[in-house]
Amino acid sequence: MTQKILFKNIDEPGLATLDVYRARGGYGERLRMALSMSRDALVEELKASGLRGRGGAGFSMGTKASFLPKGQLDKYLVCNADESEPGTFKDRELMQKCPHMLIEGMIIAAYAAGANRSFIYLRGEYEQQADILERAVHEAKVAGFIGDRILGTDLSLSMWVHRGAGAYICGEETALLDSLEGKRGNPRLKPPFPANQGLYQGPTLINNVETLATLPHIIEMGAEHYAKIGVQNSTGTKLVSVSGHVQRPGNYEIELGMSSRDIIYGLAGGPGEGRSVKLWFPGGSSSPVLTGDDLDLSYDFDTLAKAGTMLGSGAIIVADDQSSVVDIALKTAQFYRHESCGKCTPCREGTNWTVKMLERIKSGDATPMDLDLMASVCENIIGNCLCVLGDAMAMPIGSMVKKFRGEFEEYIEAARAAAERELLAGLAPTQPVAA
Amino acid sequence: MSTPRIVNGIARYEHGSRVPGWDEAADLTKDPAGVPDPAVVEVPADLRLEIESYMARYPDSRSAAIPALKAAQQRYGWCSPEAIEQAACVMRLTPGYLAAVAGFYDQLETRPVGRRPVYVCTNISCSLRGADALLAALQDELGDAPDVNLRGFECLGACDIAPMVSVEGVYVGPVDADEIPELARQIRAGDEPLPAKQLINRPSQDPDASAA
Ligand SMILES: Cc1cc2nc3c(=O)[nH]c(=O)nc-3n(C[C@H](O)[C@H](O)[C@H](O)COP(=O)(O)O)c2cc1C
Ligand code: SF4
Ligand code: FES
Repeated sequence: MTQKILFKNIDEPGLATLDVYRARGGYGERLRMALSMSRDALVEELKASGLRGRGGAGFSMGTKASFLPKGQLDKYLVCNADESEPGTFKDRELMQKCPHMLIEGMIIAAYAAGANRSFIYLRGEYEQQADILERAVHEAKVAGFIGDRILGTDLSLSMWVHRGAGAYICGEETALLDSLEGKRGNPRLKPPFPANQGLYQGPTLINNVETLATLPHIIEMGAEHYAKIGVQNSTGTKLVSVSGHVQRPGNYEIELGMSSRDIIYGLAGGPGEGRSVKLWFPGGSSSPVLTGDDLDLSYDFDTLAKAGTMLGSGAIIVADDQSSVVDIALKTAQFYRHESCGKCTPCREGTNWTVKMLERIKSGDATPMDLDLMASVCENIIGNCLCVLGDAMAMPIGSMVKKFRGEFEEYIEAARAAAERELLAGLAPTQPVAA
Repeated sequence: MSTPRIVNGIARYEHGSRVPGWDEAADLTKDPAGVPDPAVVEVPADLRLEIESYMARYPDSRSAAIPALKAAQQRYGWCSPEAIEQAACVMRLTPGYLAAVAGFYDQLETRPVGRRPVYVCTNISCSLRGADALLAALQDELGDAPDVNLRGFECLGACDIAPMVSVEGVYVGPVDADEIPELARQIRAGDEPLPAKQLINRPSQDPDASAA
């Protein structure tokens, strides 16, 4: 059984309120301890924990916090609660059931980064969660955990929940900043990185909900202890969202390095009776797919990277042997076409062409050559765009064509034959010709 | 705005364009709309107060664009020219600026629609579990309900209850086929949608979650 850190007592009634959260140790000794350390010592502690970002890119949290320049100026902490990567729903459960864990983590992160203003950028669709978070932020303000001179230290911090309005690209950190500044959510060119020039041109630390919510626990158990959980380069526990063709879809807290089979079958119950796993996305719809042969891979950052894919946001989407890879590819491509911000040509046009080619395959108008064309379009997107949304379509689609080429070819032939039959049926006389 | 012709399932406007009104002549004698004059544009007091309270949260008040547009949409049902002009008046921005922002985001409506948003997720996990049939069935049931804005939507972050629907922000699922008529009735009547299937009450699936 995995040690529960984030999900400990998660269903306890009232955990979303300040009183119950404090009774479970929240805003207590550990927060006092964090704020009594020097900033540098706190950053070193976070680095030593080995905690890597839980939002997708897996960058060391402590290292990112250390990038912010020192000195007296407005600095910002932004919590990325946009959670729009298809298959991902972990931050939602955490914020809804234990919003104060995020707030406490943000106080610690703000102290480490020297930030004095903070925002939670929450996807607009999470209305119920937004209400809960706003209530919690209000409670924390009244209790003095947010505001001036927190716990008598020199840390002052403001905090607001900012509700988005439906745009996947606003999860990309620089698009998020533009959106938070009241603009269209277009990604910015990097560098400069947000740590130097982020929100309102000021130094900004951006982290995912789960990353931030982990901080109080790292302080409480000590970085050294935390780093012992999990495996090399992938320390700690991780929330994984398992969905699709499994019998018990849901969020599970696992120790990094658990076997993927144990997650998909052991925890989530695997596909239904008599079915098997055909393909799975290990880290949201942007990650190249794996097959039933890859189930014994250890679920951690490095192993999945070596297998040509990524851990991403920790969202496992499972499709069983009765699902059609063409349908899944089409859904995937349609999503990225819809969400492309349109700034770069390879992404804007490439996602659209890919959808059109897949639609041709479905309607029986494609030839196997279209598969090569599709692969070439994907290749020309990768690395040629301002942000990685384009790659995020090209890589999973590319992996599907590569791993299931035979099925694509059969589909193309079958769809062509069906279209031809239909055409011939249309030409045939409707009345039998009298002899 | 003219009504489009539908060609191969795609709405086509003048000269086959997908963009309505692109060839409507601009009045070149007119200056572009500037920041609305508060002496001329009347803004309801409560809407003004709400938008001003959002503006006060940020070092740069422009950050309140999305909350302001949402507030205006809430009042007028969509980001109508009137809604945008009033938000622009309070925020001291041009209507063109806010219209451009509104056009970017899925939840901000730039055409008149039903007031009550109902989103059916049709992304990967939900479609693996029957979302497309669910959307079609709800369209059949609710097609004629004028105040409902029923849309297919991208992943709503609730794939654990696939296939799912967000009824004015209340997530319900998994929606079984035999529950669709009841759900449609509730949506039409403005009743609580499928009370037993609301995500907010769903316990954690992690078997050890509440163990110490
Ligand atoms: C297209 C795109 C969408 C993203 N969506 C999210 C998201 O919804 N939530 C998130 O935390 N990170 C998302 N990210 C990653 C962020 O850019 C950023 O790396 C992350 O918020 C950093 O936090 P972390 O280091 O704690 O993971 C996205 C990235 C891209 C390119
Ligand atoms: S890659 Fe796509 S989403 Fe990213 S900036 Fe370019 S067009 Fe926009
Ligand atoms: S795929 Fe439907 S909520 Fe995620």
